Amino acid sequence: MATRNANIGKSVDWFTIVLYAILVVCGWFSICGASYDFTNHDFFSFATRPGKQLVWIGCATLLGIVLLNIEKKYYELLAYPVYVAFIVLLVVTIFIAPDTKGSHSWLVFGPVKVQPAEFAKFATALALGKLMSSYNYSIGKRSDFIKTLAIIVLPMLLIVAQSETGSALVYLAFFLVLYREGMTGSLLLVGVCAVVFFVLGISLGGKTFTDMPVDTGMFVVLLLVPLITALMLSIYAHDGRRAAVVLLSALGATLAAYLTSRFFVPFNICIVQIIVCVLIFLYLLIVYAVERMPRYVLIGIFALGSVGYYYSCDYVFNNVLEDYQQARIRVTLGVDVDDKGVGYNVNQSKIAIGSGGLFGKGFLKGTQTKLDYVPEQATDFIFCTIGEEKGFVGSVAVLLLFGAFILRLLVLAERQGTNRFARIYGYSIVCILTLHLLINIGMVLGLTPVIGIPLPFFSYGGSSLWGFTIMIAIFLRMDAERSVR
Amino acid sequence: MTGNFQYDNRKFVIGGIVIAIVAVFIVRLFSLQILSKDYKEQGDNNAFLNKTIYPSRGVIYDRQGKLLVFNQPAYDVLVCMREVKDLDTLAFCRALNMTQEMFDKRMADIKNITLNPGYSRYTDQVFLSQLTAEDIAQFNEQLYKFQGFTTRMRTIRQYNYPYAAHLLGDMGEVSKKDMAADEYYSRGDYIGKQGIESFYEKELRGQKGVEVLLRNAHGRIMEHYMDGAQDVEAVPGKDLTLSIDMELQALGERLMKNKIGSIVAIEPSTGEVLCMVSSPTFDPHDLIGRQRGANHLALSKDKRKPLLNRAIQGTYPPGSTFKTSQALTYLQEGIITPETLLPCTHGFVLGSLHVGCHDGYASWSVIPAIATSCNGFFCWGLYRMMSSSKFSNVQEAMTVWKDHMVDMGFGYKLGIDLPGEQRGFIPNAAYYDKVYKGSWKGQTIISIAIGQGEVTLTPLQIANLCSTIANRGYYIAPHVVREVHGGDLDSLYHTRHYTTVERRYYDIVVQGMRNAVLMGTCRSANTPFFEVCGKTGTAQNRGKDHSVFMGFAPKDDPKIAIAVFVENGGFGAVYGVPIGALMMEKYINGQLSEASEQKASDFEHRVIHYSDTER
Repeated sequence: MATRNANIGKSVDWFTIVLYAILVVCGWFSICGASYDFTNHDFFSFATRPGKQLVWIGCATLLGIVLLNIEKKYYELLAYPVYVAFIVLLVVTIFIAPDTKGSHSWLVFGPVKVQPAEFAKFATALALGKLMSSYNYSIGKRSDFIKTLAIIVLPMLLIVAQSETGSALVYLAFFLVLYREGMTGSLLLVGVCAVVFFVLGISLGGKTFTDMPVDTGMFVVLLLVPLITALMLSIYAHDGRRAAVVLLSALGATLAAYLTSRFFVPFNICIVQIIVCVLIFLYLLIVYAVERMPRYVLIGIFALGSVGYYYSCDYVFNNVLEDYQQARIRVTLGVDVDDKGVGYNVNQSKIAIGSGGLFGKGFLKGTQTKLDYVPEQATDFIFCTIGEEKGFVGSVAVLLLFGAFILRLLVLAERQGTNRFARIYGYSIVCILTLHLLINIGMVLGLTPVIGIPLPFFSYGGSSLWGFTIMIAIFLRMDAERSVR
Repeated sequence: MTGNFQYDNRKFVIGGIVIAIVAVFIVRLFSLQILSKDYKEQGDNNAFLNKTIYPSRGVIYDRQGKLLVFNQPAYDVLVCMREVKDLDTLAFCRALNMTQEMFDKRMADIKNITLNPGYSRYTDQVFLSQLTAEDIAQFNEQLYKFQGFTTRMRTIRQYNYPYAAHLLGDMGEVSKKDMAADEYYSRGDYIGKQGIESFYEKELRGQKGVEVLLRNAHGRIMEHYMDGAQDVEAVPGKDLTLSIDMELQALGERLMKNKIGSIVAIEPSTGEVLCMVSSPTFDPHDLIGRQRGANHLALSKDKRKPLLNRAIQGTYPPGSTFKTSQALTYLQEGIITPETLLPCTHGFVLGSLHVGCHDGYASWSVIPAIATSCNGFFCWGLYRMMSSSKFSNVQEAMTVWKDHMVDMGFGYKLGIDLPGEQRGFIPNAAYYDKVYKGSWKGQTIISIAIGQGEVTLTPLQIANLCSTIANRGYYIAPHVVREVHGGDLDSLYHTRHYTTVERRYYDIVVQGMRNAVLMGTCRSANTPFFEVCGKTGTAQNRGKDHSVFMGFAPKDDPKIAIAVFVENGGFGAVYGVPIGALMMEKYINGQLSEASEQKASDFEHRVIHYSDTER
């Protein structure tokens, strides 16, 4: 043990630690910028957010050092107990946490508030790694897959029960890990298609296509369906010939319908498109009858299902969702502009970032963030401060840092090789960080819906910082042992 | 490697997703921060409140250095509707001395978009304007009770003398047109509306400054941005010294009481206007403060048009004063020599045409003709000129005549530094061709020779003619501002304009005008103190004749040239000459003799009765 400890300094991946340190320091300065209101210069007092964050950073550093010195075998050993402990904690939290802006996710210890959901992520990652590295595990096996799903979904549900939907969404990152570990990509593809169809259907819906009685959203979605069906045929059935048949006949039929509508009788082209999709389905059924390969049926079901999905989305959006939910989605997708109501946060956030220009207004000189125009500026909307004070150059630098950091972790995860536990754990970190980045900065830039999750290392708060620090420290320890061996 | 080998390239998919996310974000940042300028502007609108600092307006002195116009604080009560909460209207109305109805009406008016197009719940609106220091003191004491209301100090003009209202002009809130014409102005700003206030607006107003204040999302003002580094100090307006002599102006206004007309006096050597009286007039104090609107309305409805500055806006037939310009023209064109005798047979008689003259049967040369103001002489002169073989036809003769007139400053604006100057009217050949359908001769238009007919001049143009004669051949464009402190006068106001007539002919006209005082029509202007030259005019019009006088003194070193125009005053000698004489005496001697003082008070109380329909 003593020798190992002596070696940890040498074998640990310093590159990651340096990137981590830079991110944390940049984060602290951003918090200074976000908390400063042109009068208070005392960043080191514990009464201020920068002062507190300094303490959290100190604690995080200590925590990291301690965790780096615990052998990997203990993590492997304790994976399940830790996971179970956090599940219990999450359950308890639902009941004992006070109401904080409608959510029950914060445990209060005197002046300190802790959010267990932030820590449950690393526990889930450990458990997932443990499960998937167990002897004879195969993701293709139904029982194994169900266990895997259970590990992921259980904390998600508990967090949803705490009314922290945003944090729960982050657990979707684990599906990307599963993809890396052999889960069929078609599931991901279908998932992505579902999102794309939904977004296109809403954002382009309601607008007519040229001068014909055609809903643009519907037209585009119905055009994409045969294209993706053809793509699936070529990838999953390795049947380029039939893919070409589907592709060309769909495009041909659509073009013919378009020309007829344009120059002869204007009619709704979408009817032709739907017929095409149905024909594709029938065609693939026949192919299945000949080839006896179930994939053809599945792909056919995808084609027909997509059409059904589009219609049900349309129905759900217009008839099931509440008005405010519709509004929020429409504003996010850029269909509606509402700078005073639902869109206020995002609009102010865009103004703050946009007003930064190329080089920004300078440290502590941002006006939009200081004067309370941007909500949650020190926590969820911290990136605004960077955008406003550091400008394009600073914002891009931060993004590149994040990119480099995540890619470095990806490289580390990959080099765990046959050590599935460490690799799966590493990928979990990579995917969680990626999703945080996507949702948080996407929200601040007005690209994704407003979902309140922190930007790792930047957003003010101990729970988030400690959560990520623990995750990374444990992984670095695992990686260090790889080189020791 | 285990069974995962086949999924190895999926690491590229995941890595690719990370890179794609970063790339999309960078593109988005580029479009927000680099391509779009809107966000910068919106951000500034959000965070910065540009508070205007109003500069003090330049003050105005007369030529003796007497302070005429200065600034006085006045207070506006502003209201920001969004912030009005739990207002105790009763206490509020009591503090401002208003009734509940007035309060309700005012609040409704502010919110009425048609009446108040710039209305916003979020910005300050003027609730009451131009309260005095005493009024506001009472209100300010209780201001803390009235959430949403604030007070603001502005300055309004104040006057030391009740005179020269037309000349000094007034101030009012900018109109939409003013704002469209000059971006400097914003709603609620004051601008010079008339007179010097308007003409010298740019000099007087100075330059507004700005305080850049930070405003947070809740609308609260935080502090100066960058500790005031972006603030711009206001530049005070430039002071003006007028060429007007306020004592002379005051005497002029006294003498013109209860008469309609105008007095203009010019210092010939400089073109500086010494006084500019337009009667009826009003007290400049009437057009300041809260009573401005009501008073302005009353003045504008007055049938005698007291708002009209007759000195530059009234166009009249100049009558016999115009004969001097004719003598100059005939002499210059060689139509007559100083010795040429022209007949007068109780006027000008040609066929059935007869222009009457007070003279009997005689022949006159130019000097006595001016002195006695002989109509016959000048009509014959014009007749000779129009039918002269020197010109190929009457049109050509007319054009030459018109060119001389225009050159003497008639028919066009002289370019005085006041708004609204009228140009008067000098007919030309084309005009007569149109009126008489091409068939006209000297005798057709003969009355212009004696300043009647189509010819009209402003009193300023008559004074300028007199000034030109006093200068023996040149004038400097008349102006009322002598000095812009820290600035320059337009070069027009120190450039001599020589007329087309030679100096020796001016000497002859001067002699004629001197003789008019010594033995002619304006003998009452004669005084032992200095040599006066003068010319009467009796301008015919629909009603009773206008009484006109122009003159200058002293003859060889002219200090003052003056024109007096008294509407329906009868013969020039009745009102014009004595008023002109008193004015010259006052200016040259600095005071009136006892006898003259007596005379002045006599004229002050003379009333000319005008019918209501006449004006």
